[in-house]
This record gives sequence, C-alpha cells and structure tokens, in this order.
Amino acid sequence: MSTANEIVIAGFGGQGVLFAGKILVYAGLLAGKEVSWLPSYGPEMRGGTANINVIISDTPIGSPIITNPGMLVAMNQPSLEKFENDVQKNGLIIVDSSLISLKVKRTDIKTCYIPATKLAEDAELKGLANMVMVGKIAKELGIFDLDIVKKAASKSIPARKQDLLAPNIKAIEIGLAYC
Amino acid sequence: MTEKVLMKGNEALAEAALRAGCRHFFGYPITPQTEVAAYMAKRMPKISGTYLQAESEIAAINMVLGASAAGVRAMTSSSSPGISLKSEGLSYLAGCDLPAVVVNIQRGGPGLGGIRPSQSDYFQATRSGGHGDFHLIVLAPDTVQEMFDLTIEAFELADQYRMTAMILGDGMLGQVMEPVDISREGTVSTVAKQWALTGTKGTRKKNIINSLYLNEEELEMLNFKRFEKYAEVEKIARTEEYFIDDADVIVVAYGICARIAKNAIDEARKKGIKAGLIRPVTLWPFPKLQLKAAAAKAKAFIVVEMSMGQMIEDVELSIRCSRPVDLCNRTGGMVPTPDEVLAAIEKAARAERS
Amino acid sequence: MTIVFERPKALTDVPMHYCPGCTHGIIHRLVAEVLDELDLVEKAIGVAPVGCAVMNYDYFECDMAQAAHGRAPAVATGIKRANPANIVFTYQGDGDLAAIGTNETVHAAARGENITIIFVNNAIYGMTGGQMAPTTIPGQITQTSPYGRDTKTAGFPLKICEMLATLDGTAYAERVSADGVKNVVNAKKAIKKAFEYQMAGRGFSIVEVLSTCPTNWGLEPVEALGWLRQNLIPYYPLGVYKDKEASR
Ligand SMILES: Cc1ncc(C[n+]2csc(CCOP(=O)(O)OP(=O)(O)O)c2C)c(N)n1
Ligand code: SF4
Repeated sequence: MSTANEIVIAGFGGQGVLFAGKILVYAGLLAGKEVSWLPSYGPEMRGGTANINVIISDTPIGSPIITNPGMLVAMNQPSLEKFENDVQKNGLIIVDSSLISLKVKRTDIKTCYIPATKLAEDAELKGLANMVMVGKIAKELGIFDLDIVKKAASKSIPARKQDLLAPNIKAIEIGLAYC
Repeated sequence: MTEKVLMKGNEALAEAALRAGCRHFFGYPITPQTEVAAYMAKRMPKISGTYLQAESEIAAINMVLGASAAGVRAMTSSSSPGISLKSEGLSYLAGCDLPAVVVNIQRGGPGLGGIRPSQSDYFQATRSGGHGDFHLIVLAPDTVQEMFDLTIEAFELADQYRMTAMILGDGMLGQVMEPVDISREGTVSTVAKQWALTGTKGTRKKNIINSLYLNEEELEMLNFKRFEKYAEVEKIARTEEYFIDDADVIVVAYGICARIAKNAIDEARKKGIKAGLIRPVTLWPFPKLQLKAAAAKAKAFIVVEMSMGQMIEDVELSIRCSRPVDLCNRTGGMVPTPDEVLAAIEKAARAERS
Repeated sequence: MTIVFERPKALTDVPMHYCPGCTHGIIHRLVAEVLDELDLVEKAIGVAPVGCAVMNYDYFECDMAQAAHGRAPAVATGIKRANPANIVFTYQGDGDLAAIGTNETVHAAARGENITIIFVNNAIYGMTGGQMAPTTIPGQITQTSPYGRDTKTAGFPLKICEMLATLDGTAYAERVSADGVKNVVNAKKAIKKAFEYQMAGRGFSIVEVLSTCPTNWGLEPVEALGWLRQNLIPYYPLGVYKDKEASR
C-alpha cells in the first residue's frame, strides 16, 4: 500500500481542519478509492488543537490511525513541532507560512511553505485557509481533478449553506494554482 | 451498486436503529458516543419517534425496559461509566426475558478514566455486567459498515431470543468516518410479542413482566430454561478469518484492534512469516469452536486488545491452553500500532522455530 | 469593589482550562477568596464534579476528591461524617447536580447534611459539547434539543433553589449570578454566608450561580453575558430562597 496518501492535517480548533479532511475523503470516495477520516476528539474546550487523520487508498484500509503520515499539513506551530518527527522519510510537510515562522528541521523530507491564511485573506476569503490547503493537498496528491474536488465540497456543505460553496471553491482553486 | 455515504460510526449505528424500526431511544450524553443521541434527537421528531434524554443512564435503561415490555423495539447507548450504571437494568431485562439493544462505545477506565478508545469493558460485557445468572449477546463491529449492519442484526437477535444484544464498540469506531452502504432495511420480527403489555382488551389473560421468583425451585427451573436458550444462541458464534489456512501464528483481535492486526499481518507475510487473524464478531457467544479448530494447525496465538488482557482468557479457555498465547496490549486509551503487533508476531514466530 | 489581580491563596497557579469568557473561572475565584477570608484553606475539603469543572481538584489549594457524575453530595456526606471538623464543599454543574445527581442532592438537603454546595447553572451540558440540561430553558436550542426545548416532550426546567427551599433540612439557599460587578459582589457574599452557616453547624447550604457557556451557546463572551441577563435571570430569579437564621 502506498502510504503517501496517509495525511495528517493539524491546527487550532476552529481552523476547519476536520472539514478540510472531510472534503478530501469525499473526493476520494467519488474517485472510487477507499477512505477513512479519524478526528481527534475531546472536551469542547476552545483554544485546543485539532487534527484529522485522512487515508485515501486503492486497497481496503486496515487501521484508520496514522502513526507515520506521508503528508503532514501544519496550520499552527504546535502542530508542526508535535508531528514533524513522525512524518515518513521522503514524505511531505506543508506549512502555513503566514502563521508559522519556524522552518522544518528535517532534511530527509520534502517541504512546502504556503502562506495559506494570507492568500485567503488577500482574496477576501478570510477563514478559508483550510480550503486553500485542500487545493494544495489535492495538487500534491494528483489523484483527483478539480471537478471531483468541487463535487466533494458541494456534498460536504449542508444544503442550507450552499451559498458558501462558491467562496470555498475559489479558495480551493487558489491552493491548486499555488506553486 | 448503491451509492455509499460517508458517516461516523456513531451516526451509522443510529441510522441502523431507525432502519430496524426502532422508534424509542432513551439516552444520556457521554463522550465518545454523544453523536448517537444527537442523531436521534434530530431524526426521531421527524418520524414520530421518541427521543428522550433521561436524567441518568439508570433511568434511560429502565425506560428501555418499559418500552420493551410494551412491545416495541427500544435502544439506549452510552460509554463505559454509563454502562456501569446500566448494569442493574441489564440484569432486570434478562430476568424479565425482554429484548433490548444497548450500545457501549468504550473509553479508558476504571473510574472516570479518559475518553480515548478502549476495550477494557470486555469482561463486563461478556460476563453479563450485572448480578445473577445471565448473558448478553455481544457483537463487536470493526468498521463503520459493521456498526450499521450489526446494529440491525442486534435488533433481530434481541427479538428472536428475547435477550439484550449489546454493540461493543470503542471511541475510535464511534468517531471514524468511512463510506457505508445504508440501503439495507431491518426485518421487523415476525413473531408477535404475545407477552407484551398492551392492555388485555378483554381478549386474553393478563400479562405480567416480572423478575421476582421467591420460590427457589421455580427460579432454578427458570434459570435452567434460560440457559437452554443460551445453548441455542451459542450457535450464532461467528468470526472473520484472514489468512489462517496456513498460519503458524494466529492473531486474535476484535474491533479496531483487528484492523490494526491486519496491517501487521500483511507486513509479516511480506517478511515470510505465516501469520493470520481470527476476529471474533460475536464476543458472547465466544467462537470457541473456531479457535479450537485453528489450534489444531497453528503453533502460537497472540491476542491483541486494548485492555490489560481480558479476551485472552477466553482464547486460552477455547484452545484449552494447548498452544502458547501471548498478549500484545495497550490500555487506558492508548492504541497498539501495527509495528507493535508486528514485533509480537515476529517474537512468536522466532520462539516457535527455536 | 477593589479589583485585586493577586491570586487568592486558595487557588493554585495551575492555568485553568476554561474557554475564553466562561464564568466558571470567576466562580472559582470567588470560592477561593472566601476560603482565604475565612481562613479555611487548611481545613476545607472540596469535591469536584463530572463536568467542565472536573479538573478543579488541580485549581483549589485545599484537599480535593473527584466524584462520579452526580455523586458529589454523597461523597461529601461520607467525608463530612468521617471528618466533621472539616469544612466540606462540592462544586457542581447543572447536569451533574440536577439530572443524574438530583437524588443525592435532594437527600443531602433533606438530611440537613452540614455541607456547602456551589451549584453552577449554565443551562447546558458544557463538557460533553452542549446537550440539553435539566435547566435548559424552554425553546433553547442545544445539540439534543435541535428544534428548541419542547416542553411537550422534554418537560420543564428544574428550579433547584425553589425546590430545595421546601425541605426542612436546607438551612440556606440563594441564587446569584456571575455577570457584572454588582452580581459578582453579591455572589461572593452568598458563598461566604453559605460557608459560615456550615462553620456554625446550621446544616445544608447551597448557592446557585447563573453562569455562561459561550462555547456551547454559540455566542461571543460579551453576548453570552447579555443572553444570561435576558434569558436566564428572568427564568431563574435571583434572591434568597431559604435562610433559616433570618426566618428564626
Ligand atoms: C455516568 C456518566 N454519565 C455521563 C458522563 C458524561 N458527562 C461528562 S460531563 C457531563 C455533563 C456536564 O454538564 P454540567 O454538569 O452541566 O457541567 P458543565 O460542563 O456545563 O460545567 C456528562 C453528562 C459521565 N462522565 N459519567
Ligand atoms: S464548554 Fe462552556 S462551561 Fe465548559 S469551559 Fe467552555 S464555556 Fe465554560
């Protein structure tokens, strides 16, 4: 099994990492893959950290827990510090460089700095850094096209909130276009 | 093929109950099973069902007892500390021969413990969890799909045998989201519940739902009869088997641990170790015969569980200690990694060679 | 009121885990100030509930026990009967005290158990993510009353002070609120009085404190205070419901 598609997205509660993961697994499902989505869970205290384990695979998924992610998406500094050493050799770390000043220390992995929060704000899409990341992740994975991601976003957003679809997709496109 | 939807384990389980015709749910919030109650609170009012948040788990299970006595399919769900409170009700349900479905999404204990996944209520569930001579049917799903399928089955078994069927999951199965096919509908019991309290309507003798038997001879006879029924239920014992035909080392694990073990077995096979898995799907009745049969060929067993070692006793009993049985475990909310299981498999394979 | 930002001696320097704007923190401070002023830190034994305040065994400097959900008054009874010279208090949320622990609460009061209960009423289950509590007001939306609390199926809220005031064993019952300076000052007076009654051996004392849960009410901290004033105080009027001394 290729483990590159074992993704951990981590950040503060409220940054929407769980939702970002949901769109990715929906896209995986629509693309005919096996998927699982496992959130961190706990008391509803604010200010805590949240992370999501997303697996998108061609074969049936054993454990939904990811001990060594192929891809880590860090949306705040504590998450980078916490998970950096777990990433597989030759894996990828995507860092929101508008929120994290720290640089990745490891040299045996690929690193990508993307100012997701700033990109979202500049495009007047405040709070949609998570969707910029979805675009970036989709691009790195290279296993589904924009149409599928769009459809996944539409399925993940409740019917009464479909007006949020357009800005979400715009943010995803920004992430997809970012090099 | 029907389209699969993404659901959390807790939600799939709640949806399954609705598909099985359950219209009476009595709950009390507790992490990590609260999504079941939240789902029911949303859906039940739309389908003229009852969602009732009780004042405690004790009240909730006694409401289930009442609803069941009245002849309907009823369910309650909780997590470990709440299940301890339900043990009184479990015993009374058994003493009254009433069907019910009870869900335990286990978390670490004892006491208030933690909220992370655990399997340390195995003894409590499989030894019935209450006072007196009785059993629960205990079903152990390992995927969101099984959270759905086994819940429907739980209602059917409960009605068929007039027993409590328990779904024994854990925090991770409750929280994980996976694709699930929810097109299946449950079958509503074809046997009329002639014992139910529906009012005599002047057409039959009165019904009594009761567990008091002051005449010890009568109580003994009743217990004998109930255990004859349990002997019948033993036949539903069921496993999933993975690569066991030629296995030297057999891992026994249920629920989420079985999935972790599968990853480890795949790795072990790549390294040339003949490892396989037996996953009990029913924990009571325990699949004794399947394990005994496996012991005839396998050389060693490893039990993987998230407890200090509870199911291992049933494995040793089933194979009459005829093979070495190792324990590979984590507890308190910690989850074993595939690497840890792989190390245990390698150790057992080495020991068995030397 | 002079606002002193010095930490009361009865509070540890462990950072509290409450959400921003949650008034649990204020109530902890009031209890601690009273323990300081009555010189009780070395004598008091507290019982933590199951709820957001579950970890307050780390926050109070006195001896602390952690009870099963709802059982704090029973645990406190055991402690008080074993060590009658100690000052024993519980600190409980509304789910803990008024749902699963109603029995223990009512019977501790009926026995006139010489203990003090600090009852934090935020009209919701905070810790488990915002489900309906026995004190959730009619129409209030929660995770398990998604269409608003419907009194036809979910019944009516419990008014704990009013209920306990009817029991002969209750020496003192007052409802206060943790919003705004004036109410907070009153809240502290009430908490102090409750402890003084226990010290004088008068029997069961309870102070119900209306509190906010911005996180699960889905409001910003300031809005939450406003919601409390507009909705909780009218439903749960503040005041003294029982005072054995005064009525003597
Ligand atoms: C026997 C049992 N049932 C349920 C729970 C889950 N539980 C933890 S806290 C809580 C309710 C907390 O609400 P409340 O008492 O109102 O306090 P708050 O968190 O709002 O301060 C519940 C139901 C538990 N720990 N034990
Ligand atoms: S969940 Fe509510 S009661 Fe609990 S700490 Fe947060 S704001 Fe306070």
